[in-house]
Amino acid sequence: MRLIFEYSKAGKEGFFVEEEEGKEIIPENLLRPEIEVLPEVSEREVVSHYLRLSALNYSVDWGFYPLGSCTMKYNPKINEEVASFFTEAHPLLPEELVQGYLRVFKELEEALKEITGLDAFTLAPAAGAHGEFTGIITVRNYLEARGERREVVLIPDSAHGTNPATAALSGFRAVEIPSDEKGMIDLEKFKAALNEKVAALMITNPNTLGIFEENIKEISRLLHEVGAFLYMDGANMNALLGQVKVADLGVDVIHLNLHKTFSTPHGGGGPGSGPVGVVEKLAPYLPGPRLVESNGLLLWEEAEGRIRSFYGNFLVMVKALAYIKELGGEGLKEVSEIAVLNSRYLRKRLEKKFKVAYPTETLHEFVLSDETFRDKISTLDLAKRLLDYGFHPPTVYFPLIVHGALMIEPTETESRETLDRFAEAMEKILDEAEKDPEVVKTAPHSTPVGRLDEVGAARKPILTWTQYKEKQD
Amino acid sequence: MIPDELYYTESHEWIRVEGDKATVGITDFAQRELQDIVYVELPEVGKKVKKGDVLCSIDSVKSSAEVYAPISGKVLQVNEALNEQPELVNKDSYGEGWLVVLKLEDPGEISSLLSASKYRELVEE
Repeated sequence: MRLIFEYSKAGKEGFFVEEEEGKEIIPENLLRPEIEVLPEVSEREVVSHYLRLSALNYSVDWGFYPLGSCTMKYNPKINEEVASFFTEAHPLLPEELVQGYLRVFKELEEALKEITGLDAFTLAPAAGAHGEFTGIITVRNYLEARGERREVVLIPDSAHGTNPATAALSGFRAVEIPSDEKGMIDLEKFKAALNEKVAALMITNPNTLGIFEENIKEISRLLHEVGAFLYMDGANMNALLGQVKVADLGVDVIHLNLHKTFSTPHGGGGPGSGPVGVVEKLAPYLPGPRLVESNGLLLWEEAEGRIRSFYGNFLVMVKALAYIKELGGEGLKEVSEIAVLNSRYLRKRLEKKFKVAYPTETLHEFVLSDETFRDKISTLDLAKRLLDYGFHPPTVYFPLIVHGALMIEPTETESRETLDRFAEAMEKILDEAEKDPEVVKTAPHSTPVGRLDEVGAARKPILTWTQYKEKQD
Repeated sequence: MIPDELYYTESHEWIRVEGDKATVGITDFAQRELQDIVYVELPEVGKKVKKGDVLCSIDSVKSSAEVYAPISGKVLQVNEALNEQPELVNKDSYGEGWLVVLKLEDPGEISSLLSASKYRELVEE
């Protein structure tokens, strides 16, 4: 595979601009100095090069993508079509000219309230971790307004990796709560860590082991007793849609990932959407702008600070609302049922040859440990070899509480045949590890590039063509 | 590989006590579990830590791990060589891959640490 620089020939040009045109009206300090190293290629070469590169991508539209806790499911194309109707407005247009657009926001807020049972939603956050941050500072603002000083946020060791970062960024100290032998929050250790200094517990439910936290009602009761909040990371909502309203479990704050659960493709860095829902007493502390209805007209109203320009990534919301309306309550319930069924089916298939980390029944995802193969190959070897079989590998080495973890989330959009083919590939790799471990340890063999030097890339990253040339010389 | 003259923690740190100073690092077991280490975030000299506080963090290709202070004290010195060569922790976790030197606050805390034989039992479990 060649880089664009390797097509370069001195003097070749693809596009002509009058260099000086308009230059005189730009202030000197804003003018960029000449870039010394640029590839000199024709337009035709540029197009071919990038088209070829784009065809090397693996995506969820291409095939199975069981990346645990990421919910890489197929997103219906019809929703892209629906979103394409909504691209002609500017966010600064007067409200009365964009009532239809504002109605999308409003209806989505209402739908998410119905799904979660919570009292108010902001759609402003641009992604999941941004939603976490919004949710936790909403709690912080509430506490500050009441003059309460609480400095601790409790986080189970099976929570999402972003949770401790959120707590720290919001000015709290993250304290880890260990899991018990069932893979759930250790209730005794939770009780021991709970006191009036605790602002919230951030729970991921089902957690990153795919296990539903059975004691969640007891946990929320204990938190509320000391005046603390229960924050739920809703990234795993695909397991619970239509099954339970999280407010009934005592959840005070949740963020949802519209780009995981509600029909927006993701994994390329955005755009995402991480709406935050809260109970009534936290609602006044949500960031602005807030949407209010007056005489049938939807209007913006400022509120406590802003978390983002305007009101989030609108087209993601259009897709989410279209998806929710298409499926309806019963349809959403079926989503989670099939997501859980697929996961349990695959787990049962793989359990013959692999070790599941915790014996507890799992919902939409499950985690294997490397126990049955670690003396022959590593988890990374297995993941790389899966590429040769045409699958995107599962999440590896997370959660940290499982040795050599493989976290598998098949989602509801995969057929039984796909699940079977994946299980067969996993079993074949175990076979290979026995008979011909070298082929696994040096995998992948069929991808555009082979095994990458991840250590070298992290220790001495080469990020530009100039750096690369220097290294070569 | 668990040297007899050191003390250990359940979270896989080692500590070498010399007078009122103690050198801290992670064990060979810990570096093997982490695999190739790519970055060590060292504390600032002068930082005060309590036993069990996060002392520094280590990033490997596999994960990011926190190193906890085996005892309370003040950071006297950090291993600057790790900024350029974090792989020293992999190569020589008990020697050149040391992390920090602490000035002991309470020598009495040492008795709460694990001996080499106790740590051996823990790792072999």
